[in-house]
Amino acid sequence: MNKLIKTQTSRVQRHLELSDVGIDFPTPKGPFTALKNVSLKISKGEFISLIGHSGCGKSTVLNIVAGLYQATTGGVILDNDEVNEPGPERAVVFQNHSLLPWLSVYKNVELAVKQTRNGRSRAEIKEWVQHNLDLVHMTHAADKLPSEISGGMKQRVGIARALSMEPKVLLMDEPFGALDALTRAHLQDSVMEIHAALGNTVIMITHDVDEAVLLSDRIVMMTNGPAATIGEILDIDLERPRNRLEMTNNLQYNQYRHAVLKFLYEKQNKIRTVSSVKPDIKQSKKKSSSAA
Amino acid sequence: MLTTNIAPIMFQKLKRNVIRDRFLAGINSMLLPIIGILIFVVLWASVAKNIDTSLGVFPGPTQVWEQSFNLVDEHNRQQEKAEAFYERQEKRNAQRLAVDSDYVATLKVFTGAPTFFDQIWTSLYTVTVGFFVASIIAVPLGILCGLSKTTYAAINPLIQLFKPVSPLAWLPLVTMVVSAVYVSDEPMFAKSFITSAVTVSLCCLWPTLINTAVGVSSIDKDLINVSKVLRLNAFNHILKIVLPSSIPAIFTGLRLSLGIGWMVLIAAEMLAQNPGLGKFVWDEFQNGSSESLARIMVAVLTIGVIGFILDRLMLSVQRYVSWDKSVSLR
Repeated sequence: MNKLIKTQTSRVQRHLELSDVGIDFPTPKGPFTALKNVSLKISKGEFISLIGHSGCGKSTVLNIVAGLYQATTGGVILDNDEVNEPGPERAVVFQNHSLLPWLSVYKNVELAVKQTRNGRSRAEIKEWVQHNLDLVHMTHAADKLPSEISGGMKQRVGIARALSMEPKVLLMDEPFGALDALTRAHLQDSVMEIHAALGNTVIMITHDVDEAVLLSDRIVMMTNGPAATIGEILDIDLERPRNRLEMTNNLQYNQYRHAVLKFLYEKQNKIRTVSSVKPDIKQSKKKSSSAA
Repeated sequence: MLTTNIAPIMFQKLKRNVIRDRFLAGINSMLLPIIGILIFVVLWASVAKNIDTSLGVFPGPTQVWEQSFNLVDEHNRQQEKAEAFYERQEKRNAQRLAVDSDYVATLKVFTGAPTFFDQIWTSLYTVTVGFFVASIIAVPLGILCGLSKTTYAAINPLIQLFKPVSPLAWLPLVTMVVSAVYVSDEPMFAKSFITSAVTVSLCCLWPTLINTAVGVSSIDKDLINVSKVLRLNAFNHILKIVLPSSIPAIFTGLRLSLGIGWMVLIAAEMLAQNPGLGKFVWDEFQNGSSESLARIMVAVLTIGVIGFILDRLMLSVQRYVSWDKSVSLR
């Protein structure tokens, strides 16, 4: 596994680096090690998916990169600066959109733009807000409140808000988890389109194997917690732009898909049966075996 | 063909149903409260006749109705007297000025007994001032408590200790402190006013403080994360995230406070003989005429109506300020 990471990094320049990241959460029974030895090097413009079973610490990894959690061991370096606190250069798209419900779609994006204005004039701010709403095809609902638009639209605005901060890294925490399959497909296409146009570095958490294979350059598969870590990393060498319909008949695509499924439902299942002493692990085992 | 024939009929039927539903809703919102009030008045009238007190029979709706007009008349008469007094004073001063051009007129204030309406006004003024002072302290303090666990831990014992204290226990202390501290030759406010207002404030603090703190501390964690990612500074964090999300909780506290303040004020005025509706009630009670009970009953109903209006006013302010118009406000 370590070899795999090394071969990865040899060909990419240094952009975002997680080195030996681990985190302990204090509990009444003593510290609980949620993550251990997470090391990953990501190059500029790469699209990374984090996949793993529920509760394996995917979100924790993302929150550490975002700066919302502090790693207990190791650390994160972005363009030679250590990540210590949250900031707009690592914009987050939250799972449940997290738009401010009292602000219109426009004002929600505007708040982010004003906060990271980069010396823009008032007219330029307006233009930039419009531009980002345009990227996610939401200009028509600019004056609507979040409660007046659908879940998929809210998530689009959430993405527009994150993009408007011009982040070095875009962090997406299961961005489409709460959406229906059709809306999800639409948004996946939008994200591919935007990624192609802007070339942001993206880290996305997902549960969805198809989503991971379709969107990513690399899929990072995580082992189950406690003390979760990176299990395997899968390179996705599929030509971009990728078309979801063509992919269904693509042999390579299906092999990637199979590899991820195999990791999730074979390898991780085995590990769990060995160490199925703790009650919370039993629960996740039940869940995954029924899913398999 | 069939559907095109049926459609207009269906539509008409539907429309009729809508009208009927609206009519029923109208009846529910208007008729039911009126029926409730009517039942109360009938019960009151029938029970009142049978209660004999040392001040005569307990007043029924009719006596109270009459007395309310009497109180209006008294107020009008008092005002006429006041006007006459000022007219006389002006005339007298003019005459003296005509005789002696160096004469500096002393303007005296009419000192007739305050009427029922003067007392209402005094009480309203006092409760407003007391409530505002309390809110200006309680809302920022509540926000601070909600944002910082340290502050909350430090202040919480004090809140728990003083919250259940009756205003009347504070009253003697407040009276003495105000007399001792508020000393000036030309006082801007009467001491009795300050005493009442401070007592009201002391009781208005707690519901606003507690509700604000709870509202602020229970803000959606994701919104706080948004604020962190955007690196909003403390001022913008409070203005753009904290205040809008805790407005419902803050207003719940404010409305509770205003209600308590109004109740407390009447009690404080009765006990301290400070001008206001409470003093009116107490004076009537001490007066002990055959009309007293009816006049007290007028005051009781007035206190209730004013309390209700104050609450509705707060509600409309909340409606105006709150972003969430869809939530039904009670």
